[in-house]
Amino acid sequence: MPASAHSSLQAVLETDRVRILSSLIRTCGGDFDLAEEALHDAVIAATTQWPQHGVPDAPDAWLLQTARHKAIDAIRHDQRKRQKLEELGYTTELLREEEELTPIPYDMLRLIFTCCHPALSEESRLALTLRTVVGLPTTGIARAFLVTEQTMAQRLVRAKKKIREARIPYRVPERSDMPERLEAVLLVIYLVFNEGYSASSGEHIVRRELCAHAIHIGRILSELMPDESEAIGLLALMLLQDSRREARANAEGDLVLLRDQDRRLWDREQIDEGVRLCRAAHRAPPVGAYAIQAAIAAEHARAVHAEDTDWKKIVRLYRQLLSLRPTPVVALNHAVAAAMAYGAEEGLRLVDSLAKDLDGYGPFHAARADFCRTTGRWQDAEDGYRRAIALATNDPERRFLEGRLRETQEAVDH
Amino acid sequence: MQYLLLIYEDERKMQGRDEQTRNQIFDEYRTFSESVREAGQFVAADALQPTSTATSVRVRDGKAITTDGPFAETKEQLGGFYLVEADDLDQAISIAARIPSARFGTIEVRPIWAFE
Repeated sequence: MPASAHSSLQAVLETDRVRILSSLIRTCGGDFDLAEEALHDAVIAATTQWPQHGVPDAPDAWLLQTARHKAIDAIRHDQRKRQKLEELGYTTELLREEEELTPIPYDMLRLIFTCCHPALSEESRLALTLRTVVGLPTTGIARAFLVTEQTMAQRLVRAKKKIREARIPYRVPERSDMPERLEAVLLVIYLVFNEGYSASSGEHIVRRELCAHAIHIGRILSELMPDESEAIGLLALMLLQDSRREARANAEGDLVLLRDQDRRLWDREQIDEGVRLCRAAHRAPPVGAYAIQAAIAAEHARAVHAEDTDWKKIVRLYRQLLSLRPTPVVALNHAVAAAMAYGAEEGLRLVDSLAKDLDGYGPFHAARADFCRTTGRWQDAEDGYRRAIALATNDPERRFLEGRLRETQEAVDH
Repeated sequence: MQYLLLIYEDERKMQGRDEQTRNQIFDEYRTFSESVREAGQFVAADALQPTSTATSVRVRDGKAITTDGPFAETKEQLGGFYLVEADDLDQAISIAARIPSARFGTIEVRPIWAFE
C-alpha cells in the first residue's frame, strides 16, 4: 500500500475512528460486536481499494458507508441477528440509503454513556470505555490493569453480552437521569486517569498513557456537553495534574513531592489550558467537586516556588470540597493543607479524629508521621512511617517513606 | 421485552411494622400497580408468603430431598415480583425504582430469556 494511502487511513482512524464506530453501533441497533467487526472489515477493504482507486474525498464517510454494507452482509448471513434487529426496528435504519453519511458527533455521547452505564460493573466500564472510545487493543488494556489478556477479553465479552441481553439502550440519558449518569461517566474517566497517574514513571509506560487517554475522552465529553461545568472541571483537573508528570519522579523513578519538584519541568501550555477551563467551570454555578479540585491544582500550578503557595486559599477550597464530599480522604487532604497554612499542631489536631476511619490507609500514617516529626514527637513519627511503609502500594512510595524513616531515626540519634 | 422485577426485603423488619405503616405501604403498592397497568407495562405480579413457609427440593441420584426453608439464608428475602414489559433496561430500572419496597429493600431486574 503506497505511503499516501496508508497515512491517510492512519490519519482518519486516528481522528475519526470513535465517531465512525459510535455512529455504526447506533445503526447496528446497539450491537457492539457487529459494528466493530464491520469497521474492521471496512478498514481491510480500504487497504486494498485506496491504493488502486485513490483516497476518497471524504474518507470517514467512505469507511462508515463501507462498514454499513459489511454489517448488512453479516446480518444477511445471520438469521437470528436479523430477527433481533427487525424486532428493534433497526434494519430499516441500516438499509436506508442516505445522501449524507457523515458520522454524527452526538453518537459519541451515546457511546460514552452506554459504556459507562451503572448497570455494568466498574471494571467493565473502564475496560469497555478504553476498548471502544479510545480504541486501545485488549492486550494494551490488560497490561494497563495488570491482568492477563484472557481475563480482560472475557471481561469485555461479558460487558457486551450484558448490553445486548439486558438491552442497555444506546442513547444519551434523559434530563432527569442526567446528573447521576453524568457522574458515573466522569468517575470512569477519572478512574482511568488515576490508574495512569498512580503508576510511577519509568515503571509502567503503558499505564502512564492512560492519563492521555482519559484526557482525550474528557475533551470529547466537554466539547459535546459545553454546559456541564463538571465535565469541564474534570478536564481542567486532569490537565493540571498531568502537567506535573515530568517532575513527579526523579531519574531513579523515585517519587518527588510537590514541594520538591523542579517546577521548570511542568508543562506550562497544559497549565494555561487547565487554568482557563477551571475558570470557565467556576463561572457556571453550582460549582462541583471536580471544579473545586481543579481550583486546588491551579493554586499549586500558579506558585512559582513551593513557598509561594497560597495555603490559606487551598484550605478554604478543601473546606468547600468537604461540604460536597465529606469523606475521610478529603478530610485528610484538608488537614495536610491546614498544617501548611497554620502549622503541624493544627494538622495533628485535625487528623487525630480520622484515625479510626483511615487506619488501613498508608497516606494517613505518612501525613501523621510528618506532623509528629515536625513537632518533635519522634517515637510517634517512627511508628507512623513504619505503618505507612507496611501499607505502601508501590516501590517508589516505599523507598520514599524508608528515607523519611531513616531521617527521623538519625534526628533522634543526634 | 420483558423484565422480571424481584423484590427483596428484610422480612423481620417487614413483620415488625405497625398496622398503619403496613396499610400505607399496601396503598402505595396499589397505586403503583395501577400506574404500571395504565402504562400498558403490566404482565403479572404477586406477593409471596414469608420464607418460614418455604420448602426446598433437590433430586440427587434419582431421589428427591426435601428440606425446610429457602435455598439460601440471606439478609433480604424474596417477597414478591412484577413481570413487566419495557423498551429497554433504563425503562425497566425506572419502573423498579418506583416499587415501594425499593426504599427499604432491593429490586433485582432480570431480563426474561426469549427463546426463539
